[in-house]
Amino acid sequence: MAANFDLNDDSVVVIVGSGAGGGTLGNELAQAGVKTVILEAGGRHEIEDFSNDEWGMFSQISWLDPRTTSGSWRVATDFSGLPAWIVKAVGGSTVHWAGASLRFQEHEFRVRTEYGDVPGANLLDWPITLSEMEPWYARAEDKMGVTRTNNIPGLPGCNNFLVMEAGAKALGYQECHTGRMAINSEPRDGRGACQQIGFCFQGCQSGAKWSTLYAEIPKGEETGNLEVRPNAQVLRIEHDASGKATGVVYADADGNQHMQSARVVCVAGNSIESPRLLLNSASSMFPDGLANSSGQVGRNYMRHMTGSVYGVFDRPVNMYRGTTMAGIITDESKNDPSRGFVGGYEMETLSLGLPFMAAFLDPGSWGREFASAMEMYDHMAGMWLVGEDMPQESNAITLHPSMTDQHGLPIPNVHFDDHPNDVAMRNHAFTQGSAVYDAVGATRTFPTPPYPSTHNLGTNRMSEKARDGVVNKWGQTHDVANLFVSDGSQFTTGASENPTLTIVALAVRQADHIASEMAAGNL
Amino acid sequence: MRTLDKRVKLSRRSVLGAGGASLMALSVLPTGMIVGPDSAWAVTAEALKPESFATLVQMSRDIYPHDRLADKFYAAAVQSFDAAAAASEDDKTLFENGVIGLDAAAMGAHGVPYAQVGWEIDRVALLRGMEKSGFFQRVRGSLVTGIYNNQEVWPLFGYEGESASKGGYIDRGFNDIDWLDQV
Repeated sequence: MAANFDLNDDSVVVIVGSGAGGGTLGNELAQAGVKTVILEAGGRHEIEDFSNDEWGMFSQISWLDPRTTSGSWRVATDFSGLPAWIVKAVGGSTVHWAGASLRFQEHEFRVRTEYGDVPGANLLDWPITLSEMEPWYARAEDKMGVTRTNNIPGLPGCNNFLVMEAGAKALGYQECHTGRMAINSEPRDGRGACQQIGFCFQGCQSGAKWSTLYAEIPKGEETGNLEVRPNAQVLRIEHDASGKATGVVYADADGNQHMQSARVVCVAGNSIESPRLLLNSASSMFPDGLANSSGQVGRNYMRHMTGSVYGVFDRPVNMYRGTTMAGIITDESKNDPSRGFVGGYEMETLSLGLPFMAAFLDPGSWGREFASAMEMYDHMAGMWLVGEDMPQESNAITLHPSMTDQHGLPIPNVHFDDHPNDVAMRNHAFTQGSAVYDAVGATRTFPTPPYPSTHNLGTNRMSEKARDGVVNKWGQTHDVANLFVSDGSQFTTGASENPTLTIVALAVRQADHIASEMAAGNL
Repeated sequence: MRTLDKRVKLSRRSVLGAGGASLMALSVLPTGMIVGPDSAWAVTAEALKPESFATLVQMSRDIYPHDRLADKFYAAAVQSFDAAAAASEDDKTLFENGVIGLDAAAMGAHGVPYAQVGWEIDRVALLRGMEKSGFFQRVRGSLVTGIYNNQEVWPLFGYEGESASKGGYIDRGFNDIDWLDQV
């Protein structure tokens, strides 16, 4: 039975956001007996509200509040008002994520040491190591039911994967399989096995894919310790004269504002809204924004080096049949500077339906060249390229100087310039991705530019020293003891892997830390 | 492997009738009705001038030229522009002035209005000259959904659309590719 806490109850932990970080943290705290309120800006859309309709679901669940963009990245041209493609709903972006669940590599927690001084990059080692994270990764994999862990078989390979696998073999790649996916290959945890529906990005209608919406939050609610308040957009965090967080002010569905008191506040609104909330919480005591004594709030915005390659073949592929992200080549994820860049990238199959393909294959393109590509849609195979990008101080979420949202608060601007290392990596990835398909007889390949960011990282980064970042190794802000960051914005660097597993592992670890600190009377 | 019948199937709910071949045969009747070749389909413009509607249909085909797509699918997309023009005077002005500009460019280059310029390559050259304009970007941007999000065209591209109600593809060909051992 879901809890219902009073606005004045200052014994609760308040979590802002219900995605991979917030939704997991909420359930874990509830399981540990901690009274918890999750405030979620979006609505609660259950599985029965999902449909296999790309634009329909995009309109229903995406974060479409006004944002602006700047910088030399192509997204600023192609999708100037939509820097990020993330979800505003209970479950956050775990509603539309693809399910790839990869651990970081050992060196990716200490890239400043591994890569050295990369000009223009604000590299920093994480204050934690892989060995410290391993037990938490194991907990996350078990909770999420990640294939190829815990004796869970891999998913069967769909047509799109089989093309990739054939190309990988022909090129001599060693590591190609159907991935480590938080998608049930057999019934587990009260959820069924994948039916190869496709439309993973539109919300999984079979429930085989892990999402906090139905795999975490209901369990937390059953304890009686968790309340999820949808349509509750947090506007600012309040603090007392001692600099301790006392609660948050949020607007409900009708725009009415409420103050929810809190013993601890955890921010998990994804890497654009989380720093925006801290910046919008500026006060006379914290004139540059809450937890921003380092000046790093909003900075070091990372979005992964991304791109896609679609290959056209003389015979049909029908890539849309089956899981959206259906397999991976990991050979290029190593750090091998002889390729002309530091860090690495993953190659992961991706398919889009015809409507999204038209929008994303080559945004803005038109004419017979574009139309002839679309006519080969059912003969296409596709892959997404995702690699480590360089944190740069100037890539930042800032408050817009004049534009405000429906609550009168400054909207965020997202500034991003590719680092030369990102460009070199993307070019290499385009070449290798095309080679995979050429090896299977592709008649034409398309190096497709980045989509609006799905992996938004680093804007409240974790650092050993308070001057270098926003939070410590527990996600606790250096400046405010009872204020935590619980999403991907705490990433010190981005690694080459999809971030969700690491966000979940950090959330499980943080819940353990908060619960024990509360029990010890330290919070 | 299971492949699709790519013939477009006519829906009873289709606003327009069966399509014809070339828009060059499109005509505007004195009543304002725009009629396809052989009178196979017809549509009435609500807010836009019928001639402007017809020009926008040709422009839409030139932006996303699919020779196997009948005119009626482009006309269906242009109907959404017409609806926007009916709802907003600004939109009406945008489309009407855009067509005026397009025709003026065509008259200057070829001595005939846009829709009567005979070769696609010549019409496309006129469009390239105005592709930064708000008018062009509005038309092109709207066509991305106006054409490709129309479920009736999906079979022609070999796309099957929703699959959950059919049990997904687990038993319907998710891994039925049969030619990889031949490359």
